[in-house]
Amino acid sequence: MLTKRIIPCLDVRDGLVVKGVNFTGLKEISSPVELAKHYSDCGADELVFYDITASSDGRKLFTEILTETAKNVFIPLTVGGGINSLNDFERVLSCGADKVSVNTGAIARPELIGEAAKVYGDQCVVLSVDIKRVDGAFHVFAKGGRVDTGIEAIGWIKRGVDSGAGEIVVNSIDTDGVKRGYDIEMLKCVCDAVSVPVIASGGAGKTEDFISLFKEEPRVDAALAASVFHFGEIEIKDLKRIMKNNNICVRI
Amino acid sequence: MIAVVDYGVGNLFSLKSSFAVLGADICVTGDKERIFAAEKIVLPGVGAFGDAAKKLKDEGLDALLIGEAKKGKPILGICLGMQLLFDKSFEYGTHDGLGLISGTVRPIADLCDQEVKIPHMGWNSLDFGETKHPIFKYINEGDFVYFVHSFCAVNCEKSVIASTRYGGADITAAAAFENVIGCQFHPEKSGETGLKILKAFCEME
Repeated sequence: MLTKRIIPCLDVRDGLVVKGVNFTGLKEISSPVELAKHYSDCGADELVFYDITASSDGRKLFTEILTETAKNVFIPLTVGGGINSLNDFERVLSCGADKVSVNTGAIARPELIGEAAKVYGDQCVVLSVDIKRVDGAFHVFAKGGRVDTGIEAIGWIKRGVDSGAGEIVVNSIDTDGVKRGYDIEMLKCVCDAVSVPVIASGGAGKTEDFISLFKEEPRVDAALAASVFHFGEIEIKDLKRIMKNNNICVRI
Repeated sequence: MIAVVDYGVGNLFSLKSSFAVLGADICVTGDKERIFAAEKIVLPGVGAFGDAAKKLKDEGLDALLIGEAKKGKPILGICLGMQLLFDKSFEYGTHDGLGLISGTVRPIADLCDQEVKIPHMGWNSLDFGETKHPIFKYINEGDFVYFVHSFCAVNCEKSVIASTRYGGADITAAAAFENVIGCQFHPEKSGETGLKILKAFCEME
């Protein structure tokens, strides 16, 4: 049976891992290469690298780190951050990424999704969406969750899948960094709308949050988290064992 | 020397890296002479069957691969490279494959009696059936490997060496006919299990 995936997310700036709370107040942690190897050894099913570098020097450091990681870690790697063009896809795929996640770049130019899917295949294009409730509606936010685009999120995701996005990352700004569990209400709305794999992001604080996510919305395929793993609050090995005990299919 | 066939289809970075950590002597090449000279051949591939089959044909690699396979050279097809080993695919039309393993390639959705997400993406476990093929000598039944595909091989019962459960159906995970082996999953993305499969391929005579 297909397993539920556990995906640590590494936000990388100038070659170092960082994690923000509600996207502000970033704090640096450690070497992404070491962390990636560690996670892979502990049973992570996949890794996501978000490049939050602003400078071109930092971007070069990022591709070096990515190459180094991909040479040593043999689980799927997804890269996001600063992906605005097919050249950006090429840049990270040639360094060992397997999937590329688009966010603000696709909001600025939605055709990017279809263009990339045509060249690299649907399986390569991940649409990552930062969503926040505004007056009772789900709005898409851009630029790392700072700018309300006013776009209705579920429609945006549907259009993305129609254009060729092969997977969706749903990042709830409302629950991100709060550590009180994933945004199951929001995830249900996304799962109702599309039939491609859906990855939950934002809100994991304890082991039970992962259990309730997959129990309450079994259509979710994967759970992404950062700080709970980076700070060792949850060990992936322990998490997967507990998931298995709760009859959630995992790779052990 | 193992030749990893480069015909402009898919990302070969991980495959190269996997063989590198195994210490295998490989070359990534589209050059016919080098493929001809290699002891083993890996046929990778991601994307659409029709495009990939056309590229192989345009480069004259189809005849070369068929010839080398008939000589008994070990050949490993991965993902789309595996599907290309079969007779035919019905992915957006009808396309001829290399015909090295008998069977055809059809949409996964045709097989499933439950509603499932397509592509079949993620980690799924291997069932070996009655006998364990030498390519799996370092791994165990039930081990997990990483899949990403929307089409799969059918009508190839005699060649199936591993299957996986998805949507209430047994999906062909790996098939073999004599020296020709195909994996639907990505060994180069399947962690330690995948590396062990590639190691066994490296050791095949």
